[in-house]
Amino acid sequence: MSDVKNILLVGVGGQGTILVSRILTAGLIKAGYDVKMSEVHGMAQRGGSVTTQVRYGKKVYSPIIGKGQADILVSFEKMEAVRWIEYLKPDGVVVVNNYEIPSMPIASGKEEYPRGLIEALQGSFKTVVIDAGKIAEELGNIKTQNIVLLGALVKALKMNEIDWEEIIRETINPKLVDINIKAYNKGKEL
Amino acid sequence: MKQLMSGNEAIARGAYEAGVKVAAAYPGTPSTEILENIVEYKDDIYCEWAPNEKVATEVAIGASIAGVRSISAMKHVGLNVAADPIFTYAYLGVNAGYVLITADDPSMHSSQNEQDNRYYAKFAKIPMVEPSDSQESKDFMAEAFKISEQFDTPVLYRVTTRVCHSKSMVEFGERIEVEPKSYERNAAKYVATPANAKIARIKVEERMKSLEEYAYSSPLNKIEYNKDTKIGIITAGISYQYVKEVFGDNASYLKLGFTFPLPMKLIKEFASKFETVYVVEELDPFMEEQIKAEGVKCIGKELIPPMYELNPDIVAKALLNKENETKKVDAKVVGRPPVLCPGCPHRGFFYTMSKKKNTVVTSDIGCYTLGGSPPLNAVDTCICMGAGFSAGMGMAKAFEASGRDNKVFGVVGDSTFFHSGITGAIDIVYNKGKMVPVVLDNRITGMTGHQENPGTGKTLMGEDAVQIDPVEVLRAIGYKTVKTVDPCDLKAMDEVVTEAVNSEEPYAIVTKRPCVLIKGLPPFKTKCRVDRDKCKKCKMCLKVGCPAVFFKDGTSYIDQSMCVGCEVCMQVCKFDAIEKVGE
Repeated sequence: MSDVKNILLVGVGGQGTILVSRILTAGLIKAGYDVKMSEVHGMAQRGGSVTTQVRYGKKVYSPIIGKGQADILVSFEKMEAVRWIEYLKPDGVVVVNNYEIPSMPIASGKEEYPRGLIEALQGSFKTVVIDAGKIAEELGNIKTQNIVLLGALVKALKMNEIDWEEIIRETINPKLVDINIKAYNKGKEL
Repeated sequence: MKQLMSGNEAIARGAYEAGVKVAAAYPGTPSTEILENIVEYKDDIYCEWAPNEKVATEVAIGASIAGVRSISAMKHVGLNVAADPIFTYAYLGVNAGYVLITADDPSMHSSQNEQDNRYYAKFAKIPMVEPSDSQESKDFMAEAFKISEQFDTPVLYRVTTRVCHSKSMVEFGERIEVEPKSYERNAAKYVATPANAKIARIKVEERMKSLEEYAYSSPLNKIEYNKDTKIGIITAGISYQYVKEVFGDNASYLKLGFTFPLPMKLIKEFASKFETVYVVEELDPFMEEQIKAEGVKCIGKELIPPMYELNPDIVAKALLNKENETKKVDAKVVGRPPVLCPGCPHRGFFYTMSKKKNTVVTSDIGCYTLGGSPPLNAVDTCICMGAGFSAGMGMAKAFEASGRDNKVFGVVGDSTFFHSGITGAIDIVYNKGKMVPVVLDNRITGMTGHQENPGTGKTLMGEDAVQIDPVEVLRAIGYKTVKTVDPCDLKAMDEVVTEAVNSEEPYAIVTKRPCVLIKGLPPFKTKCRVDRDKCKKCKMCLKVGCPAVFFKDGTSYIDQSMCVGCEVCMQVCKFDAIEKVGE
């Protein structure tokens, strides 16, 4: 199954990886790929660590990505990138949002938020660090940070055969299309 | 039309295309989205959230007897609740087709156990269908109804988390309008007296034989021969996708979609062609034991783990001793367990209980199970839906019998109260339990993602409905005192709990405050903020276990993007160092 590409989106419950995966899958289907996607629901969503897995190619069987199999890992939160890094291919790319969400053991003062995560990632993998939150805020809507990350993902995977701006137009609330296209292009520039 | 769909969406579509007219369920991960998507077809399908899975199944059974195709859907443990009617309906047989969907949760992503519900098919002696992706989840539904009507039997439709929640491409079909069957009283068939059941019992065994014959030629079973392969793999459900991923064209497959009774003749024919035969199935050796009992040489649980989800990695390691190359990074990560949301109304109750020495809290299935997580640590037990009250009753009686004075607080949510809390509440008041039933009423079914319930005033189909108030129910069944309290008012919450601890009379508590995630609630205009000058860094505010409150560089902060201004942290600060900001 060598032609199948694997995208792993990770973050914290409530960060909204879902919109990104919706745009992604819509674009991939339009380009004629077989696509499978898997995500977690229920208890795990309540502020826990969450993943969305997207696989595409000529024919896809397993809906889930194995260890060492992701071509790209897009992490909406710093510590989550490290948590899921084993799933990345040794020559894969990690796109990481430079953003910290303390988990309960950290928030309650029992543990410290680990330091040096970005450096550790950079030491082992091709790493793209993005201040998606800052960029989104500068654009005027913090909620567009996921689309900034989408832009970075498209660039890193060189998925240029798909007209992503069109897909964004078709998927997103018309009122928010312009700002999201700006966010997408910002992400692509980085 | 071709569309990317989850297995649950596809099951809903399949039910629609199969001409289903009645659908009922109680929400439960990973099954919830089946009914949430059935409602898209509400012009053609009556659908409802029933108070529990037993009711849902009985509603669907009634519809099937009355002559229209019906389904009920539930998570695996829901079938334990619905087991009573399904075992007897297996004897009665159907009029119009009936399919029961069980969504199992290997690896317990969102469940209290990992039971393998395939055994229910064997146990109840009913046929079972297992799709392996979304297309099959839709398509197999039509065949399941054919089986149900042709063999006069309910059908178990078994899916698992990865089938339910993975999305794959689905080609749509048209809805087949199935004319309602005529209904006439037929006591010999539909009245399960011992005399009738004895006769039906024979029919059940005969039916099993006919189903075995059907299994041999069922279109749901598929053989894929690949040239020059020495390995034959017998598999079903999501495991098929994993073995295909791992072996590709280097093995041949007997892919079963009809998994009870097993097509043993087909299995023997297939197995005889290969040097090595593997049986690859998630969880228990359900197929393997039956196949081995027939004398077929095969390898299964010797290599494949008998618990947790499978995945391609596990299959490759077990059968080929192959592992992907991985690279780790040199950094430590801290766990991220699920937590009560910022502003969650349950927090005030559990914080209050965490301060009450000598109390025992028997909790239940729902967001409030999280009241047991650090730093609240305020839960003693969580067993199943309803046990918050009834297991609490048993503990209270045991404490009484052993001369201990621990006061038991039994906890259920509003939806769980209607599901199976009421019977426990009756037991407590009827049998003089010295304990306190507490309904944490947040006006919604929370954990499964906000479904209507008998307390919300709306139905699944969006109609206005009678709004049943747990307070009135508790009064009606004999509680002299039913105290209503806002759980985020810690002083009031503490007073009520203290009074309950000291009460010798039946005493029930209903906390009332809506889940903060309910859409359409008034916006949260104020937030809490730490006043740097006043903060004494005592960490008291961290004890409420709110994800918005965190400690960094020696002092407390409140994440302004997460805070909804519930003021629970503000009330626990002894130095007035948390202030309200905003309107």
